[in-house]
Amino acid sequence: MSENQAGDLPERGNDGDLLQKPVDRRHALGMLVAGAVAGAQALGACVPLNGETPEQREVRVLAWREYIKGNYRFMTEAERAETITRLEELARLKRHEDVTIQSTGAQPGVVFGYAFNISKCQGFRNCIEACINENNLDRRADTQYIRIFEMSEGEVNFDLGDATFQHEVPAEGHFYLGTQCFQCANPPCTSVCPVGATWQEPDGIVVIDYDWCIGCRYCMAACPYWARRFNWSAPDVPASEINPNQHYLGNRARKNGVVEKCTFCIHRTRQGQLPSCVEACPTGARVFGNLLDPDSEIRWVLENKQVFRLKEDLKTEPRFWYFTD
Amino acid sequence: MRHLGPFARTALRSATTGGGHYHLWMGALTVLMLTGAYCYSLQLRHGLGVTGMSDHVSWGLYISNFTFLVGLAAAAMMLVLPAYILEQVDFGRAVLLAEGVAVAALVMCLAFVVVDIGNPLGGWHLMPGLGYLNWPRSLLAWDVLVLNGYLALNLAIPFYLLYNRFAGHPPAKSKYLPWMYISVMWAVSIHLVTAFLLAGLPARPFWNSALLGPRFLASAFTAGPAFMILLLWFVKRNTPYPISEGALSKLALITTVAAQINLVMLLSELFYEFYWPTHHGIHAVYLYFGLDGHHALVPFIWTAVSLNVLATAALMTHSVRRNYRWLMPTCAVLFFAIWVEKGLGLVIPGFIPSPLGEIVEYTPTLVELGVTIGIWAMGLFVLTVLVRVALPIELGEARSPYLEAPPAERAVRPRATRARHEDVRPFRTR
Repeated sequence: MSENQAGDLPERGNDGDLLQKPVDRRHALGMLVAGAVAGAQALGACVPLNGETPEQREVRVLAWREYIKGNYRFMTEAERAETITRLEELARLKRHEDVTIQSTGAQPGVVFGYAFNISKCQGFRNCIEACINENNLDRRADTQYIRIFEMSEGEVNFDLGDATFQHEVPAEGHFYLGTQCFQCANPPCTSVCPVGATWQEPDGIVVIDYDWCIGCRYCMAACPYWARRFNWSAPDVPASEINPNQHYLGNRARKNGVVEKCTFCIHRTRQGQLPSCVEACPTGARVFGNLLDPDSEIRWVLENKQVFRLKEDLKTEPRFWYFTD
Repeated sequence: MRHLGPFARTALRSATTGGGHYHLWMGALTVLMLTGAYCYSLQLRHGLGVTGMSDHVSWGLYISNFTFLVGLAAAAMMLVLPAYILEQVDFGRAVLLAEGVAVAALVMCLAFVVVDIGNPLGGWHLMPGLGYLNWPRSLLAWDVLVLNGYLALNLAIPFYLLYNRFAGHPPAKSKYLPWMYISVMWAVSIHLVTAFLLAGLPARPFWNSALLGPRFLASAFTAGPAFMILLLWFVKRNTPYPISEGALSKLALITTVAAQINLVMLLSELFYEFYWPTHHGIHAVYLYFGLDGHHALVPFIWTAVSLNVLATAALMTHSVRRNYRWLMPTCAVLFFAIWVEKGLGLVIPGFIPSPLGEIVEYTPTLVELGVTIGIWAMGLFVLTVLVRVALPIELGEARSPYLEAPPAERAVRPRATRARHEDVRPFRTR
């Protein structure tokens, strides 16, 4: 309240201006419930009916506030900052993890694109391992965003491809082709979502608000590239292996019963770094960059190589191209 | 609305009193529902991983049953349409029961959706105003709207009719007939929307077909009336509620025609997929013949198709269709065949092989079966209660205590109908 004394215009999310600010229904509900929670807390303080520690109470209140929050896409900057504070606090209290969650937005003049060199990939799958570590993927369920298909020399045929090979690579007479979310320019997965929990960001990355997703899995049925994964149980990542550098729309902790997917490592790429799969590839088969930058490597590949995309007839316009040397 | 209290009390009494068989039936359903609830609690605690679903086959038994039951709900319209719009009075009595079936089927549909979603506590995200409903873009948002709307219609119309009978004043046609018209169109819409939900996905060639919507309707108008015949026959045998022979024979005819149309569509589909096999048909190959040594669904689909053809042929034979002893088992077989064909044979092969050509098969787990059986038990429970409440009111046996004397019209009708149906047996379950 004291920050507002200098005559600043009251902005949303400032408790001091509760009576002046416009309130929509969800916020009104939130305030009512928060009031009720505060009242219950006051009661609880007088009558210690249960043996709840202050820490447990804090977790309960934070979890409740998280439950009634809105869709990230429609949050104000202040609301985004609040939920991130709560999530970081919950990670500390519940899982003893010290994480930093960004809300970095899309950078102006950037649309990300990806190219995959079929001639170079040898099937080592370092990309998969790096992706698992970088994105805090569920170790127990062995969730993987990337699939490397081993195919016989000659044609790209997924019916004959094998993504479960367990032998020394590269195998004679075979080539390797990787798939992951292609961040389609015309994504079928986002329009089917009944609650608008998944959408395309201005830089082309298709993201999910894990806290808004209801877990109906319609998007999984709609994806022609099998890019989405579901949390069939509570994901498990050992505390020692957590990547604390997180993004709200990316690799932060997911929960049981929601869908997740590759985000081109949104927490890295929006800071100017490469996705971890690109960095991990020992063969240089993976090319990533800004499609709007005429001097980028991805633009060079698109302009100088014969490129193709998967299932072009579906008009999904993937921002992920394949090429050969 | 002063009769509301007595109405609720009478309804509760009708639903909770009955003979030994009735209590045994309701008790058995309750046991199944409780088992289902326990299985669902396991699923809530451990996640959907306790089901047989996977990232490859991400919808299973739940959504299969959902699609089938939407059809059953929609099929109530096949009785409403002739009864109220074409004024085929024969059906007048059956219509209320059809609406009961629609309500029970919708309750099951909504339950199957709820158990299928991973984050049911986030359900409020769907509510317009409170959350965000992605309408009109998402077909699932459409489905949420049309299913709830249809449920509201099918609760409101019978309630209006029953309440007025109970309160002793004749229902005003101007008040319910417009809603009947809306309900008929709405019935088509719930099934078409559910078909479009699947057909609108180019990622899944098996569903991405223009025939899916019409085929959904044809199979629904086969399975729905088949179920209605069984229910009406049961009511006719066990209660004094007058179901005319004409209503049953007309329904049998409707079922026969719909079953024939359904088979024609099945044939078109098979021709399209197998005459000149393309990659589009790979799911059909998996379904009917198996693929790369995987053939979990092959025995089911051939059983379903054979039973379907057999039952349709039986219905087309006049002597079979006109003889209750044959008509009833035929209807039961047809209902089962369509459940297998549309349940297991439609949703699951859409996922196999995956869009990237991988074959991962699906087998439901015991927990999943428990939840599914529990929901079916709940549907039958709801249906039994609704029928149980509606019949005495319709028969004029249950009336508001505020009415001193029964109006002349009501007093005459049951006697008149009894005179016409001398073979009607007394209320066995009472």
